[in-house]
Amino acid sequence: AENEPSWETPCAELLVYVSTPGCDGFPSLDSKESYKLSVSKGSMLLSAETVWGALRGLETFSQLIGRDENGTYYINETEIVDFPRFPHRGLLLDTSRHYLPLRAILETLDVMAYNKFNVFHWHIVDDPSFPYESSTFPELSKQGAFNAMTHVYTASDVRTVIEHARLRGIRVIAEFDTPGHTLSWGPGAPGLLTPCYMGKAPSGAYGPINPIVNSTYQFVTSLFQEVSTVFPDFFLHLGGDEVDFTCWKSNPEIRAFMTEMGFGEDYKKLESFYIQRGAGNASVTALIPCPVFTCAPQLRPDTIIHVWKDNRMQYLKEMANVTRAGYRALLSAPWYLNRISYGQDWIEAYKVEPLRFEGSPEQKALVMGGEACMWGEYVDVTNLTPRLWPRGGAVAERLWSNETVRDVQDAYARLAEFRCTLLGRGVQAQPLYVGYCDHEFGGV
Amino acid sequence: HLTVTEPVAILKASEVWGALRGLETFSQLVHEDDYGSFLVNESEIDDFPRFAHRGVLLDTSRHYLPLKSILENLDAMAFNKFNVLHWHIVDDQSFPYQSIYFPELSDKGAYSSNLIYTPTDVRLVIEYARLRGIRVIPEFDTPGHTQSWGKGQKDLLTPCYNGGQPTGSFGPVNPVWNTTYDFMTKFFKEISSVFPDEFIHLGGDEVDFSCWKSNPEVKEFMKKQGFGKDYAKLESYYVQNILDIVSSYNKGQMVWQEVFDHKAQLKPDTVVQVWMANNYARELSSVTGAGLTAVLSAPWYLDYISYGQDWKKYYSVEPLNFPGSEKQKKLVIGGEACLWGEFVDATNLTPRLWPRASAVGERLWSSSNVTNLQDAYNRLTNHRCRML
Repeated sequence: AENEPSWETPCAELLVYVSTPGCDGFPSLDSKESYKLSVSKGSMLLSAETVWGALRGLETFSQLIGRDENGTYYINETEIVDFPRFPHRGLLLDTSRHYLPLRAILETLDVMAYNKFNVFHWHIVDDPSFPYESSTFPELSKQGAFNAMTHVYTASDVRTVIEHARLRGIRVIAEFDTPGHTLSWGPGAPGLLTPCYMGKAPSGAYGPINPIVNSTYQFVTSLFQEVSTVFPDFFLHLGGDEVDFTCWKSNPEIRAFMTEMGFGEDYKKLESFYIQRGAGNASVTALIPCPVFTCAPQLRPDTIIHVWKDNRMQYLKEMANVTRAGYRALLSAPWYLNRISYGQDWIEAYKVEPLRFEGSPEQKALVMGGEACMWGEYVDVTNLTPRLWPRGGAVAERLWSNETVRDVQDAYARLAEFRCTLLGRGVQAQPLYVGYCDHEFGGV
Repeated sequence: HLTVTEPVAILKASEVWGALRGLETFSQLVHEDDYGSFLVNESEIDDFPRFAHRGVLLDTSRHYLPLKSILENLDAMAFNKFNVLHWHIVDDQSFPYQSIYFPELSDKGAYSSNLIYTPTDVRLVIEYARLRGIRVIPEFDTPGHTQSWGKGQKDLLTPCYNGGQPTGSFGPVNPVWNTTYDFMTKFFKEISSVFPDEFIHLGGDEVDFSCWKSNPEVKEFMKKQGFGKDYAKLESYYVQNILDIVSSYNKGQMVWQEVFDHKAQLKPDTVVQVWMANNYARELSSVTGAGLTAVLSAPWYLDYISYGQDWKKYYSVEPLNFPGSEKQKKLVIGGEACLWGEFVDATNLTPRLWPRASAVGERLWSSSNVTNLQDAYNRLTNHRCRML
């Protein structure tokens, strides 16, 4: 036909059509990330309901572009209709075991976007250090950071992270893990932590947050109030994992309280008591790791439970339990990327099937997705990127793609190529196996 | 010998190599106080290495390593008093070494035309190492691990057969053709002149006999030589020829343990590298019992990553913990931390190797009674910050 553009016309334009405007908003669990991509002679069209979908489509589009031997960029005629299988596809970074400079976090957000991850779970403080600069309690980071001048996240830093993430369609869910994992809170908040006892006298050591004093709840409520203003996401992660009861047990005041409350020797009840009072008051919906679930059955119905304990496939049973009780669930247990081992461990991560547990379709619909975790005991900026990528990509695909996309050979081919793409984008992603990329990483 | 007093610190060594080690130590003694002043404590140090061969193996075949990466690693080695770079330069997957006599080897065998080491690159590595007191021992591993050689050198590898017909695939270097030895003679002449170290590593590990067994010419040869069905004898026949070739160029040889295990006739000064983890103490006994020198790598395969503080297990190795006489123990000249390249390239080499290799570095330099893990942890964390 006359007006039909010739096939040699270079495709210079990708038309992007978004039906619901929302560039100023924040992505949420309910955000629609579906998109359609049409590439044909003379026209390329990306359409999505929301900007978030458009972002996903743009990433796909960028991956479709190839380059021939003459250096010409090209793209194949394509018709794509795409949408994520799970709405919550997250990555956890730990900035307490080691401080991560801002640029490391921002770069990670970039690569998350390349992998269509949409949640940054910021495990920002823990036992070893408290890098979060709180406006309500500035002493927390002054006393608790590794170095209060150089190893902190100022309010501006936090805003930078949140905005950088937002522009990539990534939600930032902060985790202020309590009552355990709080040693670094102690120096800046005297009286917050439980003094441990050796016999009749305090040993000088401290344990989890002290659940029996009112000051604790005043403190926690104020802090969470600040945090919920700073972090715009609807969700806040309250931690609640690995609470060591020995210190509580050693403290005579706490033992007295246990008797008073009729908790007997069941310290899980004391932990529940804390969660109810501490978390219940937070005007946010909580993500809580699984052990809390087993000890605090009266959680708000909109609580999301984070399943992380991995004792040999038990996690699937836990997913069944959580969803059977009507709670929404997130899976992390088989995706602890900090647990390195020799060989192509991405394959095990890829083979995980989050819904392979006994349950009704209604139950399975309660699985919101999952998170790859990169705990920081052995990770800092010197090894974060190669340790995280491209292994994290295996989890990303498992959470985005259809259940039927499982062929390991095919995934290897695509992930190896994607790794080379990452190198080309300046990401220090490590190799999957022997071979080479056209653009090798220069080293150092 | 290092003396730090006022007003002058003195470093004495009988050779420049000792001075280099002392300079490294001196640099580690310098610390900064809270006001930013640099200080050194009054000290008197008499130091010398326990073992003479303290190496790091890098593999540039499974993944190409850019020059920058190799050079940075040489710096780190010097910071840890390592003194041997065992350059496992070629293998099955790629042949990045640009040979002067046989340019086709890298033309056809490298991953790509820019992923090679030119003679200039090689000279740069050798000189950079030399200035840090580090020997460069190249490894040209044969007869196995040679798939990439076949791309640029026709009729070097053994054609495999199935039911009387060549399958199109190839196995180890062909040990029965004269052309093989003509090639090796010329090739190792080049290697001997390019690499100044007294030693060349000839490999000899993991030779898969199945292709040889399938090849009619090879089978014929076995019969003629009276080797029966024992292909280890054929391997030894090959290796002995290569050892002779390399000896004729006045080079010493290092080999992997299989060469010894398969009973090849080794020269008295051949160094055997013990790498198989299973019962390596017994292997050390055997090798040294036969009067040969040994280098230990078996417990120090740093490419075998695992979760947690694995440096502790590397640190806890005692190389001389094997049944043997004093004389035998003297034959263990040191060890090498190996970073095989299947899963390693420039994106993750440095964090994977350091500071874990430092644990091996101390084990090979320091006295056998320096074993306290807690103390080592404190010093190693400091050293890690220093390396940063």
